[in-house]
Amino acid sequence: MRSMQCKHIWEQVSGYIDGTVSPELRQEIERHLAHCRYCSAVLDSTRNLLVLVGDARTFEVPVGFGERLHKRLQQSMDALEGGE
Amino acid sequence: MKMDQQSGPEAVSAAAEHSAREAAIIARILGGERELFHELIRPYERGLYLAAYGMLQQQEDAEDAVQEAVIKAFKALASFRGDSKFSTWLMSITLNEARGRLRKHAGEKLEFLSDGDEEGDYTPSVLADWRYIPSEELERQELRRQLQQAMAQIPPEHREMIILRDVRGLSTAEAAEAAGCSEALAKVRLHRARMAMQKLLAPQLAPRQTGFLGWLNRKAGGR
Repeated sequence: MRSMQCKHIWEQVSGYIDGTVSPELRQEIERHLAHCRYCSAVLDSTRNLLVLVGDARTFEVPVGFGERLHKRLQQSMDALEGGE
Repeated sequence: MKMDQQSGPEAVSAAAEHSAREAAIIARILGGERELFHELIRPYERGLYLAAYGMLQQQEDAEDAVQEAVIKAFKALASFRGDSKFSTWLMSITLNEARGRLRKHAGEKLEFLSDGDEEGDYTPSVLADWRYIPSEELERQELRRQLQQAMAQIPPEHREMIILRDVRGLSTAEAAEAAGCSEALAKVRLHRARMAMQKLLAPQLAPRQTGFLGWLNRKAGGR
């Protein structure tokens, strides 16, 4: 069972990572992280997870996507032009 | 992971220059040089696909949604006033298209980790010794599959925010504008999405140390 303070820290993890928490809150979080291994691990794993999520290899675009997109767009543009 | 974008004078000037270049291309397209629309959207097509896929979780549906969105954007180009970035405008059309498709699929049973409640209690997963970034692990198909599966389990409006912010690198303001919600709600959704992903994935992504170092760490209790 974690303390209420841990729960308070978890609610701030996202803002802390983005650098959008106030300087006072940042200090409070860092004081807590200095002695709480559990919350440090939560922060590290979230941060690392976001590196993986943001990696271009995680979500790939299907082969030929661009060609199919521009082909369909061109067909639509031609149809519009023909209709005018 | 993207920090919320800071806008120093140089960044503002580069962004303004880029917007001005795009505005000039849009004017030429509206003046009759339609083919330029292909070049206008080219830098954004990957991002549009990822956003649509993030929402729909189905390759063919995502491709179709992007195609429809781009065609709609072409037809509505004259209505683009330049109040927002062209990329944000295009992204919001794509997200609307994807949302429309999700609503059509609403008859199908969609089960998510939470029901989209913006509040809710959260207990993260413990992963005491994950201190390195296993990005080389992404070469493994298995890890990519795990990440994608976790993404599929979180509610669409939370998923949308993690795609816009953490995959596409938009600022909170841009992500909120593309998603059509307030910045405050965008932040809450992003936090929920990240925490849900952490809970789902942290135990699966633990380093697999072998040999003497692994034995030593296990003996030391995981540190």
